[in-house]
Amino acid sequence: MNIKRTMELLSRWLTLASFVGVVALFLPAPAQAEYADVVINNYADAAGMRPVVFPHWYHRIRFRCKVCHADLGFQFKAGGNKITMAKIIDGQFCGACHNGEISWSVENCGMCHSGVPGTPTQIHGSTVQRLVAPAYKSLGDGKPADAQDKPADKADAKPAK
Amino acid sequence: MNSIVKVIAMMVAVMVPAASLVAAETQATKKSMELKEVDSDANKVSTANVFNRLLKKPKQKNAPPPEDGIHDPDNEGSHVLQPPLVSYEGLPTTEFGNYVDWVQSLQKGFLNPRYDRVDPTVEALVMDLDIVREVKASMPDVIFPHKPHTQWLHCSNCHPKIFIPQKGANQINMSAILLGQKCGVCHGKVSFPITTLSCKKCHSKPKPDDWKPPLSSASVKNPWR
Repeated sequence: MNIKRTMELLSRWLTLASFVGVVALFLPAPAQAEYADVVINNYADAAGMRPVVFPHWYHRIRFRCKVCHADLGFQFKAGGNKITMAKIIDGQFCGACHNGEISWSVENCGMCHSGVPGTPTQIHGSTVQRLVAPAYKSLGDGKPADAQDKPADKADAKPAK
Repeated sequence: MNSIVKVIAMMVAVMVPAASLVAAETQATKKSMELKEVDSDANKVSTANVFNRLLKKPKQKNAPPPEDGIHDPDNEGSHVLQPPLVSYEGLPTTEFGNYVDWVQSLQKGFLNPRYDRVDPTVEALVMDLDIVREVKASMPDVIFPHKPHTQWLHCSNCHPKIFIPQKGANQINMSAILLGQKCGVCHGKVSFPITTLSCKKCHSKPKPDDWKPPLSSASVKNPWR
């Protein structure tokens, strides 16, 4: 008798638990990053750094598209610019402003390298990524950044259409 | 005895997935489990509607960096980064993208981003020229306005790599745009995306009242006509 009663309670509790489990499946998705945040993970994983998250919104408030995409030579392609720390310190790409004069300098590693490790190169929220995912292949193949810039790289840099 | 075994088996079957789900839960989902009215200007949504996972809750939009799923919360730098909503205060809003109307913000003077990297006084080279592209079907014609685009971009950003500057030389359709070609190089990545709410931003010139859809070539060539 006691066992039977316990069994009834257990089975009732179990149906409730499984119901809660099913409800948990339908909970809303976690918060989404800002639209147009570019995650750049060409060489970061191999070098043991977090991938870079470039926030378009913050820069859009301060600069028009032309400044970076026409004057500084950034291509309209996430990960397609082959940016390395050497080039930044030299004053190319990000280093044209992030040199301590126009904006903060490269000693603040964590402010750029702030992505979740392993995130593939992408533009967050892009329509193409959602329809035909992922749009961009990582250029790095596990080797450190110094070994990447070889003429053979041109074969990898096919435009992703 | 047999039923006890069944019960234990059911317990294991429920606990394992439930435990993994609980482990995967984030802050946002935990908060939304509390049944309360989420009151905001955007939408008054009761969290009793948790089954509708497509309904975006207001607090998920423009989340601060440590909570937005892409920035690593274990990184000190993520907590120093400015949350977007701090900057967006007062800017005109839209219902898509990152919910800020950048073009209006510039035209109404809320923002004045630099046109030159070092010199804040350089004026933008703006060209005011509307290109009308006729749509074959009943959707309103597309008006492409050069003015808001040239306020932000330079001619070389689009011409001639993306758009050939000649009438009739560019084949553009919605599939191409959604796949990231032509207009989709920016719209759907950085500029406002294609959503059902944003159709009218491009398709803004309605057909005239006496417009009839074109006949198919089969109808026109019909030997019995």
